[in-house]
Amino acid sequence: MPKAFTPKVVTANHLLAGDVIYQTADGWSRKLEEAEVLTDEADADLRLIEASQQVDEVVGAYLADVAVEDGVPVPTHFREEFRATGPSNYAHGKQVELS
Amino acid sequence: MYSYSEFDTAFLAERNAQFRAQVERRISGALTEDEFKPLRLMNGLYLQRHAYMLRVAIPYGTLNAAKMRKLAEIAERWDKGYGHFTTRQNIQYNWPELKDVPDMLDALAEVGMHAIQTSGNTIRNVTADHFAGAAADEIADPRPVAELMRQWSTDHPEFQFMPRKFKIAITGSPNDRAVTRAHDIGIRMVERDGARGYEIIVGGGLGRTPMIGKVITDFLPEADLLPYLEAIVSVWNQIGRRDNKYKARIKITVHEHGIDEIRRLVEERFVETRKTFSGVDVQMLREIEGHFAPPAFVQADTAPYARALETYPAFRAWTDTNVTPHRDADHAIVTISLKKHGDTPGDASAAQMRLIADLAETYGYDEIRISHEQNVILPHVHKASLPSIYSALRAEGLATANIGLISDIIACPGMDYCALATARSIPIAQEIATAFDDLKREHEIGALKIKISGCINACGHHHVGHIGILGLDRAGVENYQITLGGDHTEQAKVGDRVGPGFSADEVVPAIERIVDTYLDLRTSPEEEFIDTYRRTGLAPFKAALYPETKVAAE
Ligand code: HEM
Ligand code: SF4
Repeated sequence: MPKAFTPKVVTANHLLAGDVIYQTADGWSRKLEEAEVLTDEADADLRLIEASQQVDEVVGAYLADVAVEDGVPVPTHFREEFRATGPSNYAHGKQVELS
Repeated sequence: MYSYSEFDTAFLAERNAQFRAQVERRISGALTEDEFKPLRLMNGLYLQRHAYMLRVAIPYGTLNAAKMRKLAEIAERWDKGYGHFTTRQNIQYNWPELKDVPDMLDALAEVGMHAIQTSGNTIRNVTADHFAGAAADEIADPRPVAELMRQWSTDHPEFQFMPRKFKIAITGSPNDRAVTRAHDIGIRMVERDGARGYEIIVGGGLGRTPMIGKVITDFLPEADLLPYLEAIVSVWNQIGRRDNKYKARIKITVHEHGIDEIRRLVEERFVETRKTFSGVDVQMLREIEGHFAPPAFVQADTAPYARALETYPAFRAWTDTNVTPHRDADHAIVTISLKKHGDTPGDASAAQMRLIADLAETYGYDEIRISHEQNVILPHVHKASLPSIYSALRAEGLATANIGLISDIIACPGMDYCALATARSIPIAQEIATAFDDLKREHEIGALKIKISGCINACGHHHVGHIGILGLDRAGVENYQITLGGDHTEQAKVGDRVGPGFSADEVVPAIERIVDTYLDLRTSPEEEFIDTYRRTGLAPFKAALYPETKVAAE
């Protein structure tokens, strides 16, 4: 049986700043909570292709697993947690600056 | 300090102008990422987890005040006010923006620095003993040879697209501080019957298949160095595997063909390469040596130093750990610790870099070195200046007296910065350092090297740590594998795996158990951790780490 599809977001690095960004319904955001949650596999694949084509804005787009809590996406893997919040030795993540 | 010719200056300017145009074309969309990536990597620019990362070479770890100040300025202007010194005598900036990188490279070029061949499948920054030119135990200063190799390898047309990266390290001392046995080529300067020559070691390397290098020739005459190196690299370039990225290192080639066959092939090729070197290389070496002449050592009264040792215990503790004998009896080598307890190993702020530059200028004949252990060295300091240096360092948080002790940890950037990481390294280093500092046990424990990597690439040298820690991802949770008994010196050895890994919370208690076991086992405080380990082997440490398994076995 194929593995059940778990919720995902499209994430990448911003071309100019290099920082972590997430795809929203109509663009990109620095905040994971604003990301568009994809629950359908075909839809997710399509959104990833769209993101990968935006070569003037983003680098290295991929699908990252999330869980949905209180209606917003939260990371399920520790790597995505650090990507969302910045490094643990300094409060230097772009996301920290934004919040 | 070696100063570069007009040719070098023009070369750097041209390279930087080229890269500036490439960045502009990337930003305008004229170049895709696939087209741009190899170009940026050729200039030391990576895309990491949270930002770009620019890796700048510090050839054989040698700097002066002007260069250090430039590194500080770059940190402040285009980064977040600090830089990370690595195990390969590079500095990495973790937060540059793409548009600023050409300006950063131009700033570096002003002081003859660059990021060329700090990435890619080429001969990387040549590294050397960080006490070069100063150590009491040295046969000769290895840096002129390192500079010769740098000139030979930079933009060498045959060696720009090799199977994989290639790393060369050199030491001029019998006590190996350059980890020569864990490099693709390691070079040890030796003397035989009054003549200077080189022992050449090939096929060492860490990463996913750690190997200790093998001696390909135990005495290579001075004049044969470059043609012989060229023969080695060229043989590997031809027969090295390109089918599998993980097997594309000379260590695998040496392993698969055997050192005797490699020696035969190299010697065959050497007959050819020898002819293409007309002896200009030896003349160049003589010319380069002139630039590395030792400074004119000043004479001064050392009595104030002796008095300070008696009067100030903190100063004495610092000299005990951070000061090494110099070849001139009135001078000393100072190692400045970038391992303040709880800080990030290897990081220096712009203010710290400037202070080090000032100290080098005022007291250190304008000489600075970066060690592969992520510390900074003032190689020539008159003993009378030590008290002043110490108090200046204290003011900037740079006087931590822990060189060679348990908190002098090498840690790669790990998951916090590195896109390849499988777990974090920095917080583990911070926790260990803080835990042992809280108990003030470091000095009682004595010499002990902990080295941490955030993935199997082993940038933190964990294989050759007395205690090595490797961060892994076990089903989405950070997990740490411990090795014991690794050695990075002339007695190089890859550490032994103790058993199943530990969760992040269990690492500090595990290290404490290892240390307690050592303290129980050692015959006297003079017996260092590594000696005890060599004597007893893994068993008692394993029993202390996994008591439940032992019970089950009984
Ligand atoms: C953050 C960016 C970095 C990346 C992407 C990176 C990548 C890698 C990779 C892929 C390898 C394995 C190479 C192989 O076995 O073929 C490696 C090895 C190594 N790296 Fe890094 N590294 C990074 C940072 C560092 C840092 C910060 C240091 C020093 C602290 C370092 C020093 C080394 C060393 C010493 C090795 C030894 C492995 C060998 O024997 O070749 N690297 N690195
Ligand atoms: S060991 Fe792994 S995590 Fe650490 S710097 Fe190297 S590649 Fe990155």
